[in-house]
Amino acid sequence: MEINISINGESRTFDVEPRTLLVHLLRDDAGLTGTHIACETSICGACTVLMDGKAVKSCTVLAAQADGCAVTTIEGLANGDQLHPLQEQFWEKHGLQCGFCTPGMILTANQLIASNSNPTDEEIRHGIEGNICRCTGYQNIVDAISAAAAQMRE
Amino acid sequence: MIPASFDYVRPQSLEDALAQLREHGEDARVLAGGHSLLPVMKARLADPGVLIDVAGLEDLSGISESEGSEGGVRIGAMTTHAEIEASSLVRGKCYSLVEAAGAIGDVQVRNRGTLGGSLAHADPAADYPAVVLAAGAEITVVGADGERVIGADDFFTGAYETALRAGEIITSVRIRASAVRGSSAYLKAAQQASGFAVCGVAARLALDGNGVVASIRVGVTGVAATAYRATSVENALMGSAPSAESIRKAAAGAGEGVDALDDFYAGADFRRHLAGVYTARAIGKAWIRATGK
Repeated sequence: MEINISINGESRTFDVEPRTLLVHLLRDDAGLTGTHIACETSICGACTVLMDGKAVKSCTVLAAQADGCAVTTIEGLANGDQLHPLQEQFWEKHGLQCGFCTPGMILTANQLIASNSNPTDEEIRHGIEGNICRCTGYQNIVDAISAAAAQMRE
Repeated sequence: MIPASFDYVRPQSLEDALAQLREHGEDARVLAGGHSLLPVMKARLADPGVLIDVAGLEDLSGISESEGSEGGVRIGAMTTHAEIEASSLVRGKCYSLVEAAGAIGDVQVRNRGTLGGSLAHADPAADYPAVVLAAGAEITVVGADGERVIGADDFFTGAYETALRAGEIITSVRIRASAVRGSSAYLKAAQQASGFAVCGVAARLALDGNGVVASIRVGVTGVAATAYRATSVENALMGSAPSAESIRKAAAGAGEGVDALDDFYAGADFRRHLAGVYTARAIGKAWIRATGK
């Protein structure tokens, strides 16, 4: 079936099987491998992307369900060489070690900050409960999101 | 993990969706948000030949004040958990539904999962069943023979089984507003890894001018294969002016005699115990909210 998705601002048409998952479309058909696959059971959050501005787990969305939607992946956040505040602060605050969870973590945080420009640490922890990190112990991630929110308020 | 092959159709109207369901019969499944169905299909526990995607059908969307004098709320079946969680209208009419919606999964799951999809899936550990039982919600469904309304008490018939007949689609859920001196609450003990309810209890009550319980309903999910009402608890408190002690005493019966689920995470005795503890907490919270109004 033919579907049209705006990916990182670019309208693109794909011919997919109905069973194609959004995460596979992004990685295999669109060539955007920044969206990671880990648990494949909608638990870990590594595959999180924004769909019409809302964080979703792309392993549990059919590409067909995203037909007509605007999808943002980690590749779509930076403005040229200018990193997005979340990317910058994950770097500054050491919010990643192996980096596998980072794209999903950042996109979930993106929705959190969009709806709450000044989140408390507790709100940040609640907001990223669907994203699992096995390296950092989360503290630096919380610090990075908090710092990014502050930077975006400026 | 990729589901087995299927055909995908996107009807443009509810009538069209019903026609598709009739045409494909048992081979078809209705796709709402997909957060119950797709995981099951990926695990190859289900392999429907046709998915009928009802996203975008106007008849199934929206939250509005329901018609009639009772001042309730009508919630379209395709309303997401996130939309319910954020709805001040739902919060005012049925606090416990907002609490249950906010307790489901995580942000990403709540952005996609829907009320109707969750109810139709009828997972024994889902959160909503407790609330719709306690609220005495009415579930409107439509099929080839037209519309009918199923009371919450008749809706859940077993693990993953409901009173929905072949070819029927849930369109909306209607909940009466809490009484002036009434409120509700939902609390759960979550499975640490999955977040599903090991025990979830919703309590909804109304008090008369003297602080006497004029109505009370308690719904319990996660404990047994099918969500149930703790009627012995309701009967024990009905017509009395509750106290913390009387609530605790009555609530202890919530798990008594229940054929409880039993797994390595939570044994049957533990689940029955949790039913009593969480019933006391949920009633207590609803009671405090009701008296604080």
